[in-house]
Amino acid sequence: MSDFLTPFLMQSAVQAITPILLAALAGALCGAVGVFNMAMEGQMLIGAFAAICGSYASHSAGVGVGVAIAASVAFSLILAYGATVFRGDAVVICIGMNLLASGLTAYLLRALFNVSGTFSDPAIAGLSRIRIPLMPSIPILGWGLARQTAITWGAWALVIVVALVLFKTPVGLRMRGVGERPDAAETLGVDVNRYRIVTVLVSGALCGLAGAQLSLGAVNVFAEDMTAGRGWIAVVAVMLGRGHPLYCAAACALFGFADAVGLRLQGLGLPNQLTDIAPYVVTLAALAISHRARNSNALGKADRDV
Amino acid sequence: MAPAPELEAIGVVKRYGALLANDHIDLTVESGEILAVMGENGAGKSTLMSLLYGLQRPDEGRILLRGAEVRFSSALDAIAAGMGMVHQAFKLFDSLTVWENVVFGAEPRRGPFIDRRAARAQVESLTEAHGLRVDPDAIVGALSVGVRQRIEILKALYRRARVLILDEPTAVLTPQERDGLFAVMRRLAGEGRTILFVTHKLHEAMAIADRVTVLRDARVVARMRTSQTTQSEIVRAMTGRNVDLQISRGVAAAGAPLLEVEGLTVAGAGAKPLVEGASFQVRAGEIVGLAGVAGNGQTELVEALTGLRVPDKGAVRVAGATLTARDVAAHRHAGLAYIPEDRVAVGAALGADATDNLAMGFHRAAPLSHRGLLNVAAMVKRARELIAKFNVKIASERALAGSLSGGNLQKMVVARELSHEAPVLIAEQPTRGVDIGAIEFIHGQLIAERDIGRAVLLVSAELTEILGLSDRILVMYEGRIVADMARSQASEEKLGLLMAGRTAAS
Ligand SMILES: Nc1ncnc2c1ncn2[C@@H]1O[C@H](COP(=O)(O)OP(=O)(O)OP(=O)(O)O)[C@@H](O)[C@H]1O
Ligand SMILES: [Mg+2]
Repeated sequence: MSDFLTPFLMQSAVQAITPILLAALAGALCGAVGVFNMAMEGQMLIGAFAAICGSYASHSAGVGVGVAIAASVAFSLILAYGATVFRGDAVVICIGMNLLASGLTAYLLRALFNVSGTFSDPAIAGLSRIRIPLMPSIPILGWGLARQTAITWGAWALVIVVALVLFKTPVGLRMRGVGERPDAAETLGVDVNRYRIVTVLVSGALCGLAGAQLSLGAVNVFAEDMTAGRGWIAVVAVMLGRGHPLYCAAACALFGFADAVGLRLQGLGLPNQLTDIAPYVVTLAALAISHRARNSNALGKADRDV
Repeated sequence: MAPAPELEAIGVVKRYGALLANDHIDLTVESGEILAVMGENGAGKSTLMSLLYGLQRPDEGRILLRGAEVRFSSALDAIAAGMGMVHQAFKLFDSLTVWENVVFGAEPRRGPFIDRRAARAQVESLTEAHGLRVDPDAIVGALSVGVRQRIEILKALYRRARVLILDEPTAVLTPQERDGLFAVMRRLAGEGRTILFVTHKLHEAMAIADRVTVLRDARVVARMRTSQTTQSEIVRAMTGRNVDLQISRGVAAAGAPLLEVEGLTVAGAGAKPLVEGASFQVRAGEIVGLAGVAGNGQTELVEALTGLRVPDKGAVRVAGATLTARDVAAHRHAGLAYIPEDRVAVGAALGADATDNLAMGFHRAAPLSHRGLLNVAAMVKRARELIAKFNVKIASERALAGSLSGGNLQKMVVARELSHEAPVLIAEQPTRGVDIGAIEFIHGQLIAERDIGRAVLLVSAELTEILGLSDRILVMYEGRIVADMARSQASEEKLGLLMAGRTAAS
């Protein structure tokens, strides 16, 4: 086992999970209030680009993270108001946002830095990694956590925070109510649009963090479309986890692990075209299995009862 | 000087476009009083309630609460002023627990978290204090209609409601649940709370209310004390004429079986089937009544008969054609008309207009369809005819089904299904929520259907309706048909016992 799971592999697996996990939390929060957010791909991409810009201009990774969050929140205003005040269809808005993010970042890359494809520069400060003594001597888990960014640690802490907020606080109860029956929530004095708008903006902040981790967490580079489907995997993780933060986190861990195993198999000589599909195969298999489980649960009348 | 009334409406007017829904209405309720608001379908009862509760604003007039004028800009203001309303369609969160539903929006806290212990304790003490039995930890989605209604009342009481508005609270209740609700209402009134409730049922108004206010065509036409009036006087006020409350009908001349059911079984989520080996026939020219306390499998049986649900075992034949496990279109085509129990979710499309609603199910064939295209002129003509024939109160045939009052929506569904002219008619709670005049009309139609040789299966929670209309009566208990008897052998007591699972002492 430890031949196969090297310290390096574990570390990259944990690192790979972070952006997906943050995006999945964003998706779970939006799902709870009844906004189907599929724009995490675009929200993250904006965050990743803004992080590079901020860090390049200020030589500070912290500023980069701040700019990433601000930019992604601003970008999320489209969904926040589009799906509520303007009564747009969330799916259509999200598709538009993803296309916009991809085109906008590619355009700005050229306009601001005069390059296309990728941009990196020594002036860009990356996120520092937290070294924890003795950690590397714990096999597997310790290897994975030994040198990670504050964002990675924060992401796992946020899983707990989001679960507590959703299931233990008045705000969480109201969020779930807003998602389930907005008309009932409204009659009990809960401003449905306000809850949805704020939640979507918070999802923007989470995706901004995810983007910063992507561009500043490892190699300090921005590449066009560097999110490469992670936002979509997060959408699937939300579905698999049925919107529960802990289950969503478990689904994300599964994908991250599949990714790392793919990398490792590549190291063992399998063609990378084959190993690259590992996370997607896992996604499809997990979706199929969970769908079957759900169908057999829904037998009988329960699903028709109103 | 006498103390100011608890709630008072003075000259309240509400218009929907050209339609006057409330015309200078005056209404007074004293504290501790139960007031029944009655009137025909579309008379403006629900509109008045929504004005009192702040869901809509009156165009003219004033509303006074304990002598002080109030102008609610939303239901929230009404709640804050101590009013509570139980809507006909409940507004509950199915996936949440009872206590979560009750405290939602006004949760007790400890630090940043919900104080779960305090919340449960408060809900529990409310249930005990008012005799509203319900388990605070139950998930609402799994509860029966009667219990859900109690949760709605709990919600209002938790917010310290002094005035409670109930719009047709008994329409969806079984007789037992209704008695439970009445006990609760009496108790609340005894505590000094004020209750306004809308009903179409005379005996309910007589049994529970202190006073009755009658609306007709948007105006108040009568105010009476129940102790000083009679049922027929109320009816005359509502309709402006004398209505024969007795159902008159000739003898049946039953012919060949048109609906045949053999060993029909519908499995449930648990071990016990929802419907178990049901076998019966409905012959041409007879009305068969299916009695039973709600939740004993009638709904599932009817779903299996109409093709909405695939039965696990057994056979269904309509006019000789075997239809087991075929789809709804095949059932309709073979000659089955169906008035569903739930007019809002199953019977009508609220977002579509009356013309479309009345065309549904008839849109595939001539005259409504011509070479695959809809003939809109024919649809409109048909809609006009049915609206006139069934006296549906509606602004025009192009008005949305969702703008109809509850009873008028039911009339529209009945109109569509009777126009099917199918050999077999399944009528599930056909008069739920409709006014007395319309009940008389619908009952007359059912008997007319029978007399021209159609087979009618009548599913109803009202024993008087079953006994008044049926030629033969089936009783369903825990998924099985436990009795099949001629009308002449049935009595209210006998059916009541059978419905409660006891065999009738012969
Ligand atoms: N939102 C609306 N838009 C247009 N017309 C409406 C609307 N709501 C009600 N109406 C009309 O106002 C009239 C009164 O309706 P209301 O719902 O108050 O009747 P009701 O007395 O409650 O009848 P029912 O016993 O059938 O429930 C009806 O003619 C109805 O069609
Ligand atoms: Mg009404």
